[in-house]
This record gives sequence, C-alpha cells and structure tokens, in this order.
Amino acid sequence: MSRQSNRTTDSKKMNSELFTLTYGALVTQLCKDYENDEEVNKQLDKMGYNIGVRLIEDFLARSSVGRCQDFRETADVIAKVAFKTYLGVTPSVTNWSPAGDEFSLILESNPLVDFVELPDNHNALIYSNLLCGVLRGALEMVQMAVDVKFVQDTLRGDNVTEIRMKFIKRIEENLPAGDE
Amino acid sequence: MVIFSVYVVNKAGGLIYQYDNYVPRAEAEKTFSYPLDLVLKHHDEKVVVSFGQRDGIKVGHAVLSINGIDVMGKSTADGKDILEYLKDPSNYPVSIRFGRARLSSNEKLMLASMFHSLFAIGSQLSPEPGSSGIEMLETDVFKLHCFQTLTGIKFIVLADPRQASIDALLRKIYEIYADFALKNPFYSLEMPIRCELFDQNLKSALEIAEKAGNFGAGS
Repeated sequence: MSRQSNRTTDSKKMNSELFTLTYGALVTQLCKDYENDEEVNKQLDKMGYNIGVRLIEDFLARSSVGRCQDFRETADVIAKVAFKTYLGVTPSVTNWSPAGDEFSLILESNPLVDFVELPDNHNALIYSNLLCGVLRGALEMVQMAVDVKFVQDTLRGDNVTEIRMKFIKRIEENLPAGDE
Repeated sequence: MVIFSVYVVNKAGGLIYQYDNYVPRAEAEKTFSYPLDLVLKHHDEKVVVSFGQRDGIKVGHAVLSINGIDVMGKSTADGKDILEYLKDPSNYPVSIRFGRARLSSNEKLMLASMFHSLFAIGSQLSPEPGSSGIEMLETDVFKLHCFQTLTGIKFIVLADPRQASIDALLRKIYEIYADFALKNPFYSLEMPIRCELFDQNLKSALEIAEKAGNFGAGS
C-alpha cells in the first residue's frame, strides 16, 4: 500500500512497511516503558486521540464532506472515505444495534499489523488501539462523543478485526455557530 | 486587486493568527515650522489630527513618526509627550509623518472576538432554521469573507471587492492550516499559530490568488 498525498506541489509515496515498522517500534517501546498491557493500551488511545483531533481537519479540508446528519451517514463516511484515504482499506459497516447508535467496522486487513504476532505474555495488549483513539478524537472535534473499542482482533486469534463504535451523545458545548 | 488581511479565529473566539498584506497608501511626511497649524489631540492612546486638513494630511490621521523616528502611542521614542514636544518652539523645524493608524494587536484581538459573536448572531437572526453564520461583509472599500469549518475554526479574509474566487482561497488556507499548523507536533490546538512554514505557504497562496484574481477580472 502506498499513500498518494493530494498536495498539488508534490506527490509523495511512502513505503507502507516503514509505517508498519514505525508503529511496531512505537508499541514495543511503550511496552518496555510501561510493562503493563493495560497502561500501554491507555497510552495508545491517548496518542491516537492527539492524532485524531488534528487528522480531522486534514480530512475535512481535503475531502469536502459536509456535516453528517445522522450516525449512519457518519459510519459510511468513516468506512468509505476516511479509512480509504488514510489506510487504503475499506472496512464494512455491519451489526447495527436496533436503536441505530452502535455499529461495527469489520476490517479484512489491517495495515498496522502486517507481519506482527503477539507473544503469549502480552495477552491483554490491544495492538491497534491507536485507531480507537484516532476515531474518538476526530469525532469529538465534530461534536460527537463516541466510545470505540476492539471486539475482535486477528492478532488474538479471531478471523477478522472488528471495531465497535457506540454513539454516546452530541457535544453541545462550544457548538460552532449555525449548528444548533 | 489585493488581499488585505487574513485572520484565523479559534473555537472560543480568540484570534490565533493574523497577517496584513496591505500597504497604507495615505501617508504624508511634511516639515513644519513653529507654530504648527494643525490641531492635534489625544485619541485612544494615539495623537491624531482633529482639525487643519491640508496637503494629504486628513482629519483622523495619526502621528506615525517624528523626524524619522517612529512614535510610540502618545510619546516619542525617547518618552517625551508628543503634544508637549510640539509646543516647544526650540524643537522646530520638525518633520512629522501622518497616516492612517494601523490597528494594534490588542485591537485586532477585540475585533476578532466581536466578529465571532456577530457571526453567531448572524445565524440566530435567520428566518429559516439551520442558517450558517455571516459569510460575507461588504463595504465600499473591502469585502470580508468568512469560512467556518465543521470544527468551529473561522478563516477570515479581507480583500478588494473585485477580487474573485475568495472561496477557493479560504479552502486553500484551511488546507495550509491542516498541513503546516496541525501536522506540526509542537503546535498546540487553539493556541496562536507561530509556525514559519504556515506563514510562508500562506503568503505564496495569497500571491497566487492575487494573480489569478487579476486574470479573472481582467483589469
């Protein structure tokens, strides 16, 4: 997978293996520093959050997607536009809850975990937890509070990677004018 | 065909970036002998002309520099009060430069917050629900264009009324912000933008827009 950036000045292709290696180095260093899987998961989520709050502006600036009217539209935009643009994969959106406030993203392939195997002593580690933070941070900047977690992970023996997203509420403070 | 200034306002209404591109055309420097035939007065921490318009020096123009040295508010660069200085015949002949006073950064901050509130009022005044805030403000000298992102950041551009395609420029500034401000890990969100690359890229985007605007309008 190579990502072509949409800058008019130059188009950069980066090797996805360098990306995988970088992420892997990050996770292993965190494991060495914290020595506790739960703590590492939290740190990955925090880092993802910081990425998400910045990435959302880049996404909105480049994709000219308007405000989503409901959670279903949000799910579609995340799966078909955002994941495609940034990771080059298109997850499928399934398992909608009856109230329409929860859904699952099923990823056939996850670019972060190419070539990765989890050893036995890291059973509780959620390797790709960064993605949860990214989604949470990005949606918070567009006034949606969501809860994101991994329910299935190919690294832990499941067939597919499944991310469950639950809508908690609309964030009413600091709404941009004109959106009430 | 000029873009006069660019302002970026954060979610809370605080000004986080400001760039001025205009050269004030109305500045006049003259040498005076005692007594001064202009009436000057203090106004808002500046010394302005209140009567005695002549030779390009208009009422409302502020004293910008005395004998080539820029003044600081009500006093000269060495701390003497300007009006006192000009009452003393031994200081003449003196060369004073008058011009339209530029806004200080505090004034710009206040104006940006005021615009932020007016923007919200714009959407509340709307007879139809779901209106956006103020998108354009027009006077006979300039047009102010405002673009608010879904995340609440406002990009404001003041340009010549005939300048075309400001919308495209606003989107381009949004892209430049997403690139050079946000992707800089040392930049904290909602804080004033102090990124060199952002400045440089913004300036080139403005130059490109000005040239394109010229072709568009044809004059």
